[in-house]
Amino acid sequence: MRSSFRIIRCYTTAANSNNFAEEMKKHFIPTNSFQKAILTVGSAAISLLNPHRGDMIACLGEVTGESALIHMQQRISETQEGLEILKEKPRINSKTVSFDKLAEMPENTLGRVYADFMTENNITADSRLPVQFIEDPELAYVMQRYREVHDLVHATLFMRTTMLGEVTVKWVEGIQTTLPMCINGGIWGAGRLKPKHRQMYLKYYLPWAIKTGNNAKFMQGIYYEKRWDQDIDDFHREMNIVRLVKK
Amino acid sequence: MALRTRILKLSNLRCVTQQASRLRAMSTQSTQTSPKEGPATATEEMKPGQTHFGFQVVAEEEKTKKVHEVFETVAEKYDLMNDVMSMGIHRMWKDIFMCRLAPQPETKLLDMAGGTGDIAFRYIKYLQNLGPSQGTHSSVTVCDINQAMLDVGKQRAQKLGYTPESCGVEINWKCADAERLDLPDDSYTAYTIAFGIRNCTHIDKVLEEAYRVLTPGGRFMCLEFSQLPNDTLQWVYDQYSFQVIPVLGQLFAGQWKPYQYLVESIRQFPNQEKFKSMIEDAGFRQVTYENLTFGTCAIHSGFKI
Ligand SMILES: C[S@@+](CC[C@H](N)C(=O)[O-])C[C@H]1O[C@@H](n2cnc3c(N)ncnc32)[C@H](O)[C@@H]1O
Repeated sequence: MRSSFRIIRCYTTAANSNNFAEEMKKHFIPTNSFQKAILTVGSAAISLLNPHRGDMIACLGEVTGESALIHMQQRISETQEGLEILKEKPRINSKTVSFDKLAEMPENTLGRVYADFMTENNITADSRLPVQFIEDPELAYVMQRYREVHDLVHATLFMRTTMLGEVTVKWVEGIQTTLPMCINGGIWGAGRLKPKHRQMYLKYYLPWAIKTGNNAKFMQGIYYEKRWDQDIDDFHREMNIVRLVKK
Repeated sequence: MALRTRILKLSNLRCVTQQASRLRAMSTQSTQTSPKEGPATATEEMKPGQTHFGFQVVAEEEKTKKVHEVFETVAEKYDLMNDVMSMGIHRMWKDIFMCRLAPQPETKLLDMAGGTGDIAFRYIKYLQNLGPSQGTHSSVTVCDINQAMLDVGKQRAQKLGYTPESCGVEINWKCADAERLDLPDDSYTAYTIAFGIRNCTHIDKVLEEAYRVLTPGGRFMCLEFSQLPNDTLQWVYDQYSFQVIPVLGQLFAGQWKPYQYLVESIRQFPNQEKFKSMIEDAGFRQVTYENLTFGTCAIHSGFKI
């Protein structure tokens, strides 16, 4: 299994961690606890009222996420692979990942699954907000990584970007990361499902998400960029992921 | 409350895909704008050819560029943010400002740094309230260095239905730098600049140009943030400015840094007396000022004689 854990230079250029620290500094905004408190209340209210303000959800995630980020950092550093991520601080965007090349890979490779997912759902890897309010660059990176692998989590779990897919992924992520935003998103999002989807959600998706969240290896600690050519079934076996089957 | 219910209703109407995209935004989301430049550093000594951009010391040419960027990025949200940050009080300040100017039907006004037209629209309203003008001709030229702000202003004028025929006042929009106006000498009877002079790199040049384009007898009026005479009040005001305003910028306009600049530039601007003497230095006479709301703002007035 380990054989597939190979560095594929031509598909991925590892951004070095210095770059990240510098970029972080550029975006970082120092805030005190009073300001964090208004940001928390304000961003929570605004993101509930205005569906177009995704930046508010990102902001809320940052100002409420500290202890979860520490937990995530801890879990990532439990494996060799995770330590490498924390050390190299790779970034995922169209500059560092060649989606054209991934799209040409064999059908059942992780890279191809990812590229297909992006095309099918019509999304780009370049739409992530930079972290702004987290001072510790190490924790800021964990948050950035969380945002950047979110699509990979979707893709490898075969969950689309529909409401049902999002809620399910949020549960998996929420259980693993303990980020308040994910947990809230899972609960809040479920309330908005259409009746037909809600039935499917309760019967198949939610139980599966809870199982996956608890059994699977920590998904933010996976160096996906080094696994583009891994067979997806092999990947699932390695990570303790069982695909959702609706009987 | 009513507003809230309405917004909630609206958001319930939105289709599920949008909800999903909102949920999605927790991990992946773009905004149209990218944050500007690095963090502000505390006030430093200035060398020749340098100036303040908020608390940063920057090259003079750079300030113009940075100020331009600030207003470019905030143009769309500018009016909303004025209301949010001043809790609506800026409307009252501008109303008072127009009352003090007390324009007459033959006034030819140059509204410098006129941005989205707040002062120009008040001018038109004021003249309309005076009653129908008998054949006299009044005009306002809204001048700003930033086309994005002027564009928002033009749209607002259209929405308000202000055409020369409907309101009896001619409105011109002009994109120009207050420090270098390509306008003839002695061509306006009044010059206003509201919350604009603080953003200019050379205040003295702006004042000189104002003096030049005014006709003899013409009046210069400036509305600008100022300093509070009372230390305790100033402290309270500083806390609000520095602690709360950038947060409001982030929440309501999705931007922190332009609002940080705003509060820093306010603190950096000369106080009432200092600014008064600068106006006098430019040649204006009978220079006076009036404090508004404890001195958070001041109206300065002077005449070219
Ligand atoms: C805070 S706004 C004020 C707008 C309007 N007067 C009001 O009260 O709502 C400041 C304006 O000054 C403009 N500005 C900055 N520097 C300028 C310059 N050198 N010449 C002309 N306008 C300038 C900006 O583009 C911006 O629209």
